Amino acid sequence: MAQTTQTRPPGPDDTASVPLTKPQLPGWAPALAAVVAFGAAALVGLLLGWGVVGIVAVGWILLLIGLPAWSTAVEGSRKGTDRLVGTVVWSTLALALLPLIAVLWEVISRGAPALNATFFTASQSGVLGAGGGIYHAIMGTLIVTLIATVISVPIGIMAAIYLVEYGKKNRLSQVLTFLIDVMTGIPSIVAGLFALALFTLIFGPGVRMAVGGSIALSVLMIPIVVRSTEEMLKLVPDELREGAYALGVPKWRTIVKVVLPTALGGIVTGATLAVARVAGETAPLLLIVGTFRATNFNPFDGAMATLPVLIFSEATRGGLQEYIPFQLERAWGAALVLIIIVMALNLLARVVGSYFSPKTGR
Amino acid sequence: MSTTETERTPPREPEAPRGVSRRGDTIFAGLAKGSGLFIMLALAGVALFLVLQSLPAIGASGENAYGADNIVLYIWPLLFGTVLAAIIALVIATPLAIGVALVISVYAPRRIARLLGYLIDLLAAVPSVVYGLWGRETLQSWVFPIYQWLADNLGWIPLFAGPVTTGRTILTAGIVLAVMALPIITALCREVFAQTPTMHKEAALALGATRWEMIKMAVFPYSRSGVTSAILLGLGRALGETMAVALVLSASGVITINLISSQNPSTIAASIALNYANASGIKTNVLIAGGLVLFVVTFAVNFLGRWLAARGQAKG
Amino acid sequence: MAKSIDISDVNIYYGDFLAVQGVNMTVKARQVTAFIGPSGCGKSTVLRTLNRMHEVIPGARVEGKVVVDGQSLYDPSVDPVAVRRQIGMVFQRPNPFPTMSIYDNVLAGNKLNAKKMKKDEADSIVEKSLKGANLWNEVKDRLAKPGMGLSGGQQQRLCIARAIAVEPQVLLMDEPCSALDPISTSAIEDLIHELKSDYTIVIVTHNMQQAARVSDETGFFNLKATGEPGQLVEFNSTTKMFSNPDEPATEAYISGRFG
Ligand SMILES: Nc1ncnc2c1ncn2[C@@H]1O[C@H](COP(=O)(O)OP(=O)(O)O)[C@@H](O)[C@H]1O
Ligand SMILES: [Mg+2]
Repeated sequence: MAQTTQTRPPGPDDTASVPLTKPQLPGWAPALAAVVAFGAAALVGLLLGWGVVGIVAVGWILLLIGLPAWSTAVEGSRKGTDRLVGTVVWSTLALALLPLIAVLWEVISRGAPALNATFFTASQSGVLGAGGGIYHAIMGTLIVTLIATVISVPIGIMAAIYLVEYGKKNRLSQVLTFLIDVMTGIPSIVAGLFALALFTLIFGPGVRMAVGGSIALSVLMIPIVVRSTEEMLKLVPDELREGAYALGVPKWRTIVKVVLPTALGGIVTGATLAVARVAGETAPLLLIVGTFRATNFNPFDGAMATLPVLIFSEATRGGLQEYIPFQLERAWGAALVLIIIVMALNLLARVVGSYFSPKTGR
Repeated sequence: MSTTETERTPPREPEAPRGVSRRGDTIFAGLAKGSGLFIMLALAGVALFLVLQSLPAIGASGENAYGADNIVLYIWPLLFGTVLAAIIALVIATPLAIGVALVISVYAPRRIARLLGYLIDLLAAVPSVVYGLWGRETLQSWVFPIYQWLADNLGWIPLFAGPVTTGRTILTAGIVLAVMALPIITALCREVFAQTPTMHKEAALALGATRWEMIKMAVFPYSRSGVTSAILLGLGRALGETMAVALVLSASGVITINLISSQNPSTIAASIALNYANASGIKTNVLIAGGLVLFVVTFAVNFLGRWLAARGQAKG
Repeated sequence: MAKSIDISDVNIYYGDFLAVQGVNMTVKARQVTAFIGPSGCGKSTVLRTLNRMHEVIPGARVEGKVVVDGQSLYDPSVDPVAVRRQIGMVFQRPNPFPTMSIYDNVLAGNKLNAKKMKKDEADSIVEKSLKGANLWNEVKDRLAKPGMGLSGGQQQRLCIARAIAVEPQVLLMDEPCSALDPISTSAIEDLIHELKSDYTIVIVTHNMQQAARVSDETGFFNLKATGEPGQLVEFNSTTKMFSNPDEPATEAYISGRFG
């Protein structure tokens, strides 16, 4: 150890007593600043007749300048900068939540008036202006999504089992992992084009078939299921597997009886989230499933209505001026139903996740 | 099933008992591997179909190429619009997402942070067609007066040249895309910020750093590649999004950087969605060729994003 | 001036969990005070209340009084940032900033206060601090290299250099040698001896020989009983603690480890 005893460490000045107290803004300072800023903006704004947007914008700018300036004057520039960043960062949150609130508000307030018994039990068959319902589209969405789930979940889970349990780090599993990453990024319209090209090849041009939509959705859904299942399987400790092998249980029964049940909660959560994600997909269904104004229960025969496509087509259909308000109301009503379905699936995923596996849930 | 028997059994994996249930094991392993191969096949199918169906489009021109002289001239303006809309989305979404991620991982108390994380996830759960409807019906009327103001006061900037006759412009489409890309970027940034080692954060605080100084000293340097990759993955989402643009934009297919006029570039995805119903023959192939280009571009962006993420993890 | 610290009736919580209860002691200026005791009894927790690092953990809070040189640390008018500037800290695991060079690591704290430092002023702070941490000779030719490239012991001394570069009054060290080999450990112990003449030092250690070697006074912490909060069992001069402690519990702990 090389000793450098000559040089003393930079000892602090012995005579100075550095105060630890610094002038500080009280805890309620930000709240006061916000009240003053927005209050002032509202006062001036009401006098000059700005809109709500103008008042909020001016109030926000006042707050953004005022609070850091006050803080800089009292607490010094470092604290002032800190307050400025804090204000900006919390503002981004408000701004980010704004569209969520706006969308939900708009969908509920404009969609709710459309909801009534007929809306859920009738189709658009023979309807021109007012009236009719979206029964056909709700059933269509259920059918298309259900078939997609039936295709994707087993394939996704088995592929994840292959990746985690059988193919640890071999060539095939590396390639597969890479391809699944690629798949996650496929734009949904491209998945629709694929299904359409495939069905055109088999059935000829102009084909419309609900099962084609299911296949397009599967292309989007499988990578999500594989990823989430993979994560869950990796969380199952190796000791469990070894314990089962030590009892003479064959590998496949170990996977089915020990590994999968342990990871079940997470797998179901992941699959449910995947369903929620594709249930609202529009583009692929628009291409291959098309639109239909009456109820069609047969996924192998002709076009079928689905909620997302119905929203799109009712919103863009145009036509007679007098019909447009009814079409729009229908679109908003369908949007409300679709959002309720998707949110319910999300909620279900959460409940299932926390119910089945308290161990792995974060 | 017979080819890779040795490959499939890595050396250190716990060995299952042999004998009794060989058959069950073989079948189950076959199913698992089959699923994997099926996925590879499906993806190969996607690529193959897109390429094969695009080939006839190479010679398309005039009426078949939607009025363009050849396929490149047809796709190029759409690609421009696709990239422009996505860039607008990112310019808006990235600062917001980083701010929100900071709130959730650094600023908010833990209980509130969890609630906020859940709310942002809800933002991702709203179907894109609903965002499109909202943009078309609601947002466009909100932004219309703002666009007018921009054109009147900042019209000398080419971006805001106007004239403003509608709220349904590429800028509005970009805003809607930003709302959709925001939750993805936020979620990834959050994860990256949360992974900053506590010991480096505490090192900064113990030196007398304020919260913001701590973020600059310990959090940002650690998360640079992670944030970049988050932005790229958000870009991938924005590039491929169809419905929001198809619903919001009143497109005329021009190339312009004027963001608030009624003359707007369209995007590849929106043009496919809007034209497919009436397409037949070579026109179909032209649209599929557009899909192929979109696929390649999003693939490149996503690949870069994932590569960066993986590299960042290996280093960190 | 190095400061003394008076701690009276301090209770420390993590959320609702009372981790340490009823601590009273006086840490003398320009002395080395060691905290010993079994792990989990709250040594680090108490140490972190001395520079208000405890409240960095979500939900954590402190009751009671900590007075540094006449100023109450937990007074509402006290700025925690200023406190941490005056009371430096060295952590159990060396934590130089991974993206900074050795040079920048030393100056990390100084740069917070003085945005623009003159080059020669900065150079002299770096040299002084690294010499103070007995690291200068080993790194003077590679100051621009990343701090993470050093050995564990060197990294820890770099962290000490970083802590003393801002010229604090008190230096808190939480098991600074527990991640290090014996040679690096002895280098740091030598350093503590030297730093003592300028700083008030509080060191947590699980190694009792180390406490006996470096400290002037020692506090022994223990849990009241399993599942109950930790407490300060005995606080005495190190010589008395290790030869003839007042409490039988201290004796048992020390002899149990030594015997
Ligand atoms: N971040 C934390 N959150 C909750 N409890 C904690 C935290 N850190 C420490 N504790 C608890 O406080 C008690 C004292 O811990 P600590 O001060 O680290 O002990 P020591 O340093 O003596 O080993 C322990 O019971 C520990 O579980
Ligand atoms: Mg400890």
